[in-house]
Amino acid sequence: MPRTAITGLRREAGGSPHTLYLEGPTILGWDLDLEVSATWDGRGGLALPAFTDPHVHLRDPGQPHKETLRSGLAAAAAGGYGTVVSMPNTLPATDQPEAVLSLRVRADALGLCRLIPAAALTLGQEGRVLSDASLLAEAGAALLTDDGRTNEDGGLLRYGLQAAKAAGLLVAVHAEDASLRRGGVMHEGQVSERLGLPGNPAAAETARIARDLEICALTGARLHLQHLSAARSVELVRAAKRAGLPVTCEVTPHHLTLTDTSLLQLDAVYKVAPPLRTEADRQALLAGLRDGTIDCLASDHAPHSPAEKEQDLLAAPFGIANLELVFPLLYSELVLKGAASLEQLTGWLTSGPRKVLGLPECTLEAGQPADLVVMDLASERPVDPERLRTQAKLGPWNGRQLRGWPALTLYQGRVVHG
Amino acid sequence: MRDLLDFAGWSKPDAEDLFATADVMAEVLRRPVKRVPALQGFTVCTAFFENSTRTRTSFELAARRMSADVVSFAAGTSSLAKGESLRDTVETLVAMGVDLIVVRHSASGAAHLVRRFAGVPVINGGDGARAHPTQALLDAYTLRAHWGELSGKRVVILGDVLHSRVARSNLELLPLLGAKVVLCGPANLLPQSLSGPNLEVSPDLDSALDGADAVMALRVQRERLEGGLGVSLPEYAARYQLNRSRLDRAGPRALLLHPGPMNRDVEISSDLAGDPRSCVLEQVHAGLAIRMAVLYHLLVGKKERAA
Ligand SMILES: [Zn+2]
Repeated sequence: MPRTAITGLRREAGGSPHTLYLEGPTILGWDLDLEVSATWDGRGGLALPAFTDPHVHLRDPGQPHKETLRSGLAAAAAGGYGTVVSMPNTLPATDQPEAVLSLRVRADALGLCRLIPAAALTLGQEGRVLSDASLLAEAGAALLTDDGRTNEDGGLLRYGLQAAKAAGLLVAVHAEDASLRRGGVMHEGQVSERLGLPGNPAAAETARIARDLEICALTGARLHLQHLSAARSVELVRAAKRAGLPVTCEVTPHHLTLTDTSLLQLDAVYKVAPPLRTEADRQALLAGLRDGTIDCLASDHAPHSPAEKEQDLLAAPFGIANLELVFPLLYSELVLKGAASLEQLTGWLTSGPRKVLGLPECTLEAGQPADLVVMDLASERPVDPERLRTQAKLGPWNGRQLRGWPALTLYQGRVVHG
Repeated sequence: MRDLLDFAGWSKPDAEDLFATADVMAEVLRRPVKRVPALQGFTVCTAFFENSTRTRTSFELAARRMSADVVSFAAGTSSLAKGESLRDTVETLVAMGVDLIVVRHSASGAAHLVRRFAGVPVINGGDGARAHPTQALLDAYTLRAHWGELSGKRVVILGDVLHSRVARSNLELLPLLGAKVVLCGPANLLPQSLSGPNLEVSPDLDSALDGADAVMALRVQRERLEGGLGVSLPEYAARYQLNRSRLDRAGPRALLLHPGPMNRDVEISSDLAGDPRSCVLEQVHAGLAIRMAVLYHLLVGKKERAA
């Protein structure tokens, strides 16, 4: 196994420089003074364990005009991620063990980032017939979910949770009541009524979360609520956790940094499900993250082609692509503005999601996987869509000046970005 | 003014400037030869992705009265039906050399989208439930002709407010001119959380009409009433149809507006046909003058004289 080293790394912001030694895909240790075959310069950047994302859409197989495994995982590497969980709303839906295996094999061959595919909870994500939880678990599925769709049949979700529990799998839900959501394309409130756009009320999410928490209590099975958007949702989860329910939840960078007033620009890059809500909701989500009610960040990276996002607000698809911007965006908008510490932010991107997914915690100590990211906290540049690896070039932050870009990402001991 | 998409950023003097130009245009329209060379050499394109014969005719006539060339693009018969994107359509029209685009579209925000790709002035001829600014301008212009000044006046907007771009543009413009707007209609066709200065929302028509200086009856689409929102056509007619006795509540000098085309015996009773308080035909006339003024402001600039 080749031995390599990265010099000039800081282990904490403002600390002194150190050298990290790697052997193949494993960390050997710090400042060891060994012979190495190659050396990289960390240029004083902050070394962090590579991030884990429990929720990305890679659109593979089936929608190569939006994203492919290669473009999506390259974007993950550029964002500092070492592990991502892909959603099963592919074409066809990832609902078979062979499909899960195939994704893993193809991702391994690319060697850009670890992919743990999520599998569909129901066949075709159609909400009628449960998929084979135990076989999907055996094939290496991260969790079961019908994300991309909603779980309208509460009884089916109940049996899905029970089967998943027996198979040792987590079920993740996109908690929105389709009948309350109706044709809403943005948060229902003052802004939607000003703009004459169909609104999606917060109650669509909170009513569904209330139901799902009851089903969680009924089954005692692990439930993960995806992308919370409303203040009341945080309250519901807080109470459920206090009552001891086995529930976890996530929040996205866009719900933490944007509100429904963005829609005043009438640009479909802000069209996302669940929708961007009010400043009070945004503040409640932040508070929920800080007090541990919300377990982790999830990008919900949802790539669409520029032509799709250039349509009008009714026709354009839901989704924001952000995988490469999560850290610089949140470092700039939360850490530098005093709303969170650097340690909190990295925790929400590393130990937080790994705990949710039941993955071992990663550190940068000897014996750990050599999956790491080196952050240049001083680097400041505008978001340049041409530099993004994702195929989804249209996004809310194009041109925005952000600070704290990943300078170097290593996956299994090899440089995959930088 | 580079485009007319909505009234964001507008102040009262902006509207007054436009009304002053419209006065000049109205004078042109009274001449035996209703044509001036003001826009000679300009090409105005009406790009209607949603049908509206009236609005399109009004814009096209307004452009022709000022000697502009007019081209129309109708989505139904075009390449858009074959899957061409809005962007490609707009860029193609601009490449053909049109100088201004009037856009009509069924999606709220589509006029902004067109503006993003156009590079020439864009007039919003109605986008979804969001805005129809020339309609609100012609409504205000009609009221101004009667009152001189809108300050302190109370205007009731009645009907399916929730889905109405006419209502939204009026509730942006009229308060700007000092009028108070009262939105009235069945509970499920009213906004739930909209508020603003000089804006009131009331589901009770009788109290809304008390002391009203003008009533604007919106067009009610039968499909909405049949859409399961808890208002049947008979209930709508019983509670919200504007008829003579209701308009009498507002008084003998109250003005009646309607954006047209009217659904007689749906939102407005037949007994109001020919009522002297009706301004419906004045509105149509004002529409021409206002659209001429808007075209002129966007293509030539407000400073120069039209005629
Ligand atoms: Zn989702």
